[in-house]
Amino acid sequence: MTRKLLLEHDHIEGIRTYDVYRKNGGYRSVEKALKSMSPDDIVEEVKKSGLRGRGGAGFPTGMKWSFLAKPDGVPRHLLCNADESEPGTFKDRYLMEKIPHLLIEGMIVSSFALGANQSYIYIRGEYMYVLQILEKAIQEAYANGWLGKNILGSGYDLDLAVAPGAGAYICGEETALIESLEGKRGNPRMKPPFPAVKGLWQRPTVVNNVETIAAVVPIVNDGGDEYAKIGIGRSTGTKLISASGNINKPGVYEIELGVSVEEFIYSDTYCGGIKNGKKLKACVPGGSSVPILPHYLVCKTAAGEDRLMTYESLADGGFESGSMLGSGGFIVYDEDQCIVRNTWNFARFYHHESCGQCSPCREGTGWMKKVLYNIESGKGKSEDIDLLWDIQRKIEGNTICPLGDAAAWPVAAAIRHFREEFEWHVKEPVLSQTENYGLVSEKSFVTETV
Amino acid sequence: MSEDAKIKVTIDGKTIEVAPGTTILNAARQIGGEVVPPAMCYYSSLEGSGGKCRTCLVEVSKGSEKDPRPMPKLMVSCSTMVMDGMEVKNTTSERVLEARKGVVEFLLINHPLDCPVCDQAGECHLQDLAFEHGLSKTRYEFKRREFEKVDIGEYIKLHMTRCILCYRCVYTANQLTDSREHGVLKRGDAAEIGTFIEKNLKNDFIGNVIDVCPVGALTDKTFRFRSRVWYTKPVDAHCECTKCSGNAVLWMIGDEISRVTARKDAYGEVKEFICNECRFDKKDKSQWTIEGPRKISRHSVISANHYSKEIPKHTTLLNKA
Ligand SMILES: Cc1cc2nc3c(=O)[nH]c(=O)nc-3n(C[C@H](O)[C@H](O)[C@H](O)COP(=O)(O)O)c2cc1C
Ligand code: SF4
Ligand code: SF4
Ligand code: FES
Repeated sequence: MTRKLLLEHDHIEGIRTYDVYRKNGGYRSVEKALKSMSPDDIVEEVKKSGLRGRGGAGFPTGMKWSFLAKPDGVPRHLLCNADESEPGTFKDRYLMEKIPHLLIEGMIVSSFALGANQSYIYIRGEYMYVLQILEKAIQEAYANGWLGKNILGSGYDLDLAVAPGAGAYICGEETALIESLEGKRGNPRMKPPFPAVKGLWQRPTVVNNVETIAAVVPIVNDGGDEYAKIGIGRSTGTKLISASGNINKPGVYEIELGVSVEEFIYSDTYCGGIKNGKKLKACVPGGSSVPILPHYLVCKTAAGEDRLMTYESLADGGFESGSMLGSGGFIVYDEDQCIVRNTWNFARFYHHESCGQCSPCREGTGWMKKVLYNIESGKGKSEDIDLLWDIQRKIEGNTICPLGDAAAWPVAAAIRHFREEFEWHVKEPVLSQTENYGLVSEKSFVTETV
Repeated sequence: MSEDAKIKVTIDGKTIEVAPGTTILNAARQIGGEVVPPAMCYYSSLEGSGGKCRTCLVEVSKGSEKDPRPMPKLMVSCSTMVMDGMEVKNTTSERVLEARKGVVEFLLINHPLDCPVCDQAGECHLQDLAFEHGLSKTRYEFKRREFEKVDIGEYIKLHMTRCILCYRCVYTANQLTDSREHGVLKRGDAAEIGTFIEKNLKNDFIGNVIDVCPVGALTDKTFRFRSRVWYTKPVDAHCECTKCSGNAVLWMIGDEISRVTARKDAYGEVKEFICNECRFDKKDKSQWTIEGPRKISRHSVISANHYSKEIPKHTTLLNKA
């Protein structure tokens, strides 16, 4: 049975309210932290835990925290990134909606660890009802002395507020989030300077994902070493996965990192297998921006090893034959799905969400979308596939923020693995409007031997 | 490090010593010539400018003496600081030329290419850029983005279709005038420069947005006897002015002033901004003291008759239409 650290109590009636949450052990970590630990002790535990950012990039949280600049007399801030807008990703919403106090508890211990006295949760505008749930929970936390002045008589003050975005995926990028929170247009900033040095109002700032901050609660309660016992290698602890697509049991699962992809897709504990007894065609394991994997690279790596739900195993083979854990948006496609259409759909999203600051992303995303639409709708030419490849290549790595890469990668991976399906669309402009291509044939990857 | 300590940087094999905190682009400008990357959005006097157009991308093949590793990604030279011992490749890097060609293509896919009727023709940075780095034919076969022309005030016309969203005019208005009355609306390729509720731009210094605009998106409505710039003769002139330095360029047709602009350097950048009165209202020669003909140092179509550089064969974009 897998251990649950975040969603252990999600089935308990009324867990959303303060009283029930507290009765089930809630806010223990705040008591422990404020009464018996120094801020540095907490940072140390987080380092020991091996926790990596759950927002997508997987950067070690303890290390990120220790980079925070601490100039005298300058306030510091902790911002929680609840902008969750990546197609396929809906785990943060589940957590905030079900157990809002867990995030608030995490915000308190994390803010204390970082020496922040004013923290914010930046939530995507479409999650307005979740914002209301969070605000109610914050009021309860204030009323019970967990927020405000001199918390638990420790001398530590913390104010916490929720700020809604206005419907822009780009505001999930940490510096765009900061601009937006400052009341400006959500354009990503150029780095350096990094938020750890100059973030919100030019002050040292840490931005962390909802799940990352929630995970600090069990780390403080049970210790970093205990947390690190779960998982494999540098992938420690548990991870929320939002599973969607053609599976029997879509939903949000808390897994121990290291579960095999095969078990995750086919066992009844998780996705329960492909719907209607169909065959698996492809899988996007970490949200729309990570490379799509063809059926034969989902459960096994190119080297023939079992593919596991870890940062390392999902990335095994690099972009040639691997993908990424990303934000945990796990999308499964059965044999009836069209990869060209799916790629077009993602391209539509990135085109719509580009902030428009830098030329390759502003112009390139729209261009890719239009070319993909042509291929999808039976108006494609064979040169279009190479053109698409060339456009994505000229966006990738040449933009201000990673949205450009996020727009390029899905197109690149689709062409890399499903080129024959793209070609079929061009060759069969009529048939491809009513039929599906089915599974692509297996390619062999030359594995480098040292 | 002491105040006047210098650090060494090599660009395309040419080495120079510069002050710490210098960007790669400015170091390249100190060397001059071919090693200078093109810059469409950076503007030295505008704080925060740069980083957006991506035309100035270069390859850093050696990070510094201390950490000689090459930087994996191409870097924007306008916003990347030099380090001691850094080695940079501009025109000597295939990757840079390839990426830059891509950027130019991106900038052009939605550009109207109405050069023959554009006031900016001849002093348009995009025209120059396309000339030097463009592809011979467009691979873009979709409808180009179009916007209605907007009059923003009595002096300035906004032709958004030509805008490359370099943000220079926004920074200019932010940093030079009392209040900003325009900005960028919407996002992605729907983004546009706008005044939101068609408002007038009428700040004392707002006319400078015309000069900072690298393309023909912001033009002077008071430009008299509309004429191709290369038929007009630029002369340096100054006047007594209480608001600005009064140092300007008069663009003459015979004895008449067709328009007034600020003085630009070799990279098309204004060093002394001028006020609206000098720019828009002083159109009589008697109001000015003429200093002499202005030297156009920038290579561009403007200096058409003295275009010394050999035009590469593949750059025929302008004759495409
Ligand atoms: C376009 C874009 C959108 C992003 N959206 C989110 C998001 O919705 N939530 C999130 O936590 N991180 C998002 N990120 C990543 C953040 O920039 C940042 O890395 C993250 O919040 C750091 O938190 P972590 O270290 O806890 O993962 C996004 C990044 C990009 C480039
Ligand atoms: S990559 Fe796209 S989203 Fe990111 S700054 Fe550039 S235009 Fe904006
Ligand atoms: S109007 Fe001109 S100066 Fe302003 S953003 Fe567009 S191109 Fe740049
Ligand atoms: S001049 Fe450097 S990015 Fe535009």
